Amino acid sequence: MNIVAALFVLKNQLLQFPGGDIFSQILTLIIYAFIFISIFYGQRIQLYIMLREVEGSLYKLKYIRDEGRRIAIETIKEIGKPQTDPSARVDRFLEYFTIAPQSLDPAGVVWKLEHILDVRDTRFKDEVKLLAPAADETQANNLENTLEAAMALNYIYKVIRHYYLLGKKTLSLYIIMQIQMILPLVMREAEAYASALKAFAYGQPIGDGVGALVAAKLMHGHQTRKVPKDCVVAEVPFEGRTAYVIKAEGPGGNVGKPGDAIKTIIEENEGKIANIIMIDAALKLEGEEVGEVAEGVGAAIGGPGVDQFKIEETILKYRIPINAVIIKEDIGDAVSPMRKEVFEAADKAIERIRQVILERTREGDKVIIAGVGNTIGIGQ
Amino acid sequence: MSRSNASAATRVSSFVLLIIFVTLALALAALVLAIYLYDTAPGVAVYWLLLGFIGLALSTYVLFQTRQRILRLRIEMPPITTTIECKKCGFKSVREFQRGDYVFKEVEPCQKCNEKMIITAIYREVREKGKAPTFPY
Ligand SMILES: [Zn+2]
Repeated sequence: MNIVAALFVLKNQLLQFPGGDIFSQILTLIIYAFIFISIFYGQRIQLYIMLREVEGSLYKLKYIRDEGRRIAIETIKEIGKPQTDPSARVDRFLEYFTIAPQSLDPAGVVWKLEHILDVRDTRFKDEVKLLAPAADETQANNLENTLEAAMALNYIYKVIRHYYLLGKKTLSLYIIMQIQMILPLVMREAEAYASALKAFAYGQPIGDGVGALVAAKLMHGHQTRKVPKDCVVAEVPFEGRTAYVIKAEGPGGNVGKPGDAIKTIIEENEGKIANIIMIDAALKLEGEEVGEVAEGVGAAIGGPGVDQFKIEETILKYRIPINAVIIKEDIGDAVSPMRKEVFEAADKAIERIRQVILERTREGDKVIIAGVGNTIGIGQ
Repeated sequence: MSRSNASAATRVSSFVLLIIFVTLALALAALVLAIYLYDTAPGVAVYWLLLGFIGLALSTYVLFQTRQRILRLRIEMPPITTTIECKKCGFKSVREFQRGDYVFKEVEPCQKCNEKMIITAIYREVREKGKAPTFPY
């Protein structure tokens, strides 16, 4: 009762013109001061609020990066059993960069890019061997992936720090605003990389590997052989057709080169392939269900584009139709340990593949089924 | 995941906490004073009331913010389960993921028929915390 009455009095007081008692004069003065401050310093205040927000995220990014580095070093020590402390070498590795080829004259840039990526890959493998001499091939692959995730986290942290410091130095609203606007997306990505790093360190299958999982389920129990590069293929009888099922060789962290593998199989069969079906994880839009299966045409493969280019070249040469089955998940799910929904979607995807093959090919045909993605934690 | 080296970012300085609590105490004092003054000088009481509410709102807001920041900084690790199945008798067992597990790995023999068992699934189960924002169409 007291409070209600007091609020009524407050309302009357606030609506009073200056000239009443001393308190209302002070209050009016404060209100005027507040208005002037927001007119002249409003932007400045907003700028500091934004800077603080970026600073908070930067702290978090630094924490995530340091955790990533710590996990990487611990894993190397645990399974690599190096003689010396790997920390200094890891730090050097985290600063490693790759320069993309010049595309001013784009003809032939794919092969240049492929070469650069090959060099990078070999260099990483050698580095991991030096860091962790006791690791077997699977573990070395997992370590390589772990280090790559740590590298990505390091890079994200440094870029955000750069803009934060630049913003602080110049006090330019636009520099700070840019970084503050994309910050939620950047943080999501960093968190995804952080969970990826853990999955890689332990060798757990990740959401991106669902394509490889589908292929593994199809080829399990059949004879496999290696095809270039870092892939395996199995000849599987499937609804009266012969399916060449391709995936990257597991269970180490590895994406292989499905482009080369598909090309090899097509050329082995002199182009007599009735259909190609590619299975991959794809980014879902917000609002779509995790583990939704969709179907379309085209080469479903991510990465720098070299493999997609090769597949498209080869199928154009032999005029082979190509279908794609995708399993939807968001960026966080794609690089963190595989979710149950995604795991169960593998069986739905196999059903979809069966339908496509029954509708689009005849008995006795040869088809290629390629499961694309990082095969970490998935054998065959 | 919260080790001792959880870095300076997770800790909130005790000085800030002290300021928050002092503000809180002052705000409460202002409120009490307002009620006390209400009978004798309602005009003055109103300002104390205003001051008290502003102080209260400000300090609780800051306190809540810092608490949230600490909570958000943890990287949580969802439990990951490995399902092992016997192809012959269908015996199934679920355990926590161990380093070295992978899908289609042959593991220890079955308890029932001594056949080699196979890891058939490795996944994490996500318990949706709260409801994800949805759109009715
Ligand atoms: Zn059994």
